[in-house]
Amino acid sequence: MNLYSRRILTNRIGITLSMVAMAFGLAALLWILWTLFSNGFAALSWDFFTQDTPAPGTEGGGLRNAIVGSLMIIGVTTLVSTPIGILAGIYLAEFGATSKFAATTRFVTDIMLSAPSIVVGLFVYALVVATLGGFSGWAGSLALSLIAIPVVVRTTENMLLLVPTALREAAFAVGAPRWQVSLKVTLRAVKAGVVTGILLAIARVTGETAPLLFTALNNQFFSTDMSQPMGNLPVVIFQFAMSPYDNWVSLAWGGALLIALLVLGINIVARVLFRNKTSA
Amino acid sequence: MSAPHTAADGDAILEVRDLNFFYGDFRGLTDVSLDVAKSRVTAFIGPSGCGKSTLLRTFNRMYDLYPGQRAEGQINFHGDNLLDRKQDVNLVRAKIGMVFQKPTPFPMTIYENIAFGVRLYEKMPKSEMDDRVEWALRKAAIWEETKDKLQQSGLSLSGGQQQRLCIARTIAVKPEIVLLDEPTSALDPISTAKIEELINELKADYTIAIVTHNMQQAARISDFTAFMYLGELIEFGKTDTLFIKPRQKQTEDYITGRFG
Repeated sequence: MNLYSRRILTNRIGITLSMVAMAFGLAALLWILWTLFSNGFAALSWDFFTQDTPAPGTEGGGLRNAIVGSLMIIGVTTLVSTPIGILAGIYLAEFGATSKFAATTRFVTDIMLSAPSIVVGLFVYALVVATLGGFSGWAGSLALSLIAIPVVVRTTENMLLLVPTALREAAFAVGAPRWQVSLKVTLRAVKAGVVTGILLAIARVTGETAPLLFTALNNQFFSTDMSQPMGNLPVVIFQFAMSPYDNWVSLAWGGALLIALLVLGINIVARVLFRNKTSA
Repeated sequence: MSAPHTAADGDAILEVRDLNFFYGDFRGLTDVSLDVAKSRVTAFIGPSGCGKSTLLRTFNRMYDLYPGQRAEGQINFHGDNLLDRKQDVNLVRAKIGMVFQKPTPFPMTIYENIAFGVRLYEKMPKSEMDDRVEWALRKAAIWEETKDKLQQSGLSLSGGQQQRLCIARTIAVKPEIVLLDEPTSALDPISTAKIEELINELKADYTIAIVTHNMQQAARISDFTAFMYLGELIEFGKTDTLFIKPRQKQTEDYITGRFG
């Protein structure tokens, strides 16, 4: 076998192996989605959105309390993590290029990015829930914020580092102080990228279950009181999916579908935003 | 100590004395001394890497943004040394504006591009700001092209228009000196001609210092020319004299195209 035909053979083997790997991954994904959609859509109905989680042994029911609870917890998480994340990102990119403090922050943020979410849940449980004596929606939002903030910090920083030096210098050249340059010029130049980072952080925490088990727990009844235990989709799915009641299992599928669609929607919005920006 | 290369006529607005500049350990400028004459155009020419942009960037302390860079010596502006630590660099930059090689409109409307710098140092009612924006855009010869789309993004303009917007933005702050760092090297010949015309009109009200790679441009628009090579000021004088009867061999070689 000469060198050339051996190269062709190697090429074919390589392509075949990568196609098999791709097919394997794609098949798993399609299977998951197919199961989720067929079981989930069967659960969706008017009642699903208007009734609260049913008591054990009762018929019907919906996920109204969990949907509202999840939206509130995630809403507060977004309100907390967006400003903190963006400001910290600005600090890292624009102010702390060479400082030790910034280097440490960057290092800790990277660790937080890959920290198991159950550890974050346990941390908030020990710090807030155990000391203040109760599960609450606030504690849930706190745990999710700790997961979301590092994502926002690093995307904001990375986006700001893409701003051309010339634009930054031009803003300084009209006599603008550094904070004005950051907030009004460079941050605005990468607005779409930063918003994308926030959306991806929201998508990331939307499905988090472990941190909420330790913090917001769950609430069988409709409640908008963030200082009390609060119903939320991931924990309801966790509890209902393992229950012996058919209507609970069905509701769990519906909840799972809802989260999947929400995350999908957020990702699509993020992609569209980012594409518009980069083509401009 | 080198003897200052002083220009014969006109008042000096910037007096550069024994200026040395360092990028870390590398010396970018060596003992540069010259006067920038008020209400005149001073051009800086020389081959790439000769230090002409570096020199320009000391005039508004732009190098301050980068920790490894430092300047030693004096640049006197109204009796104060610009290089002094206690100088407020933001105020310096408001008095000594700068336009860059590539057009750099801010990511905001044309109106806001102009108003941004003005608002930093002056509080004024909306009507006055409208007047100021129009004044600056007229001064930069771009009012006719932009008056109907002041609320559109500055990025929607063509390259040449963007560069004139940047000039408008710089003069809107009412600086005394305008630094131009190769302002036409990214533009087509027609846009270049417009900018050159503009420079000619602006010199009545502002002192202009321009770095250019284009010797014809320097000859066309400047009153004084400085030729730099390897971080040193080789020759400085009236543009006509420097181009017609250079005193230094290196200057002659460069302007006749024998090296550079």
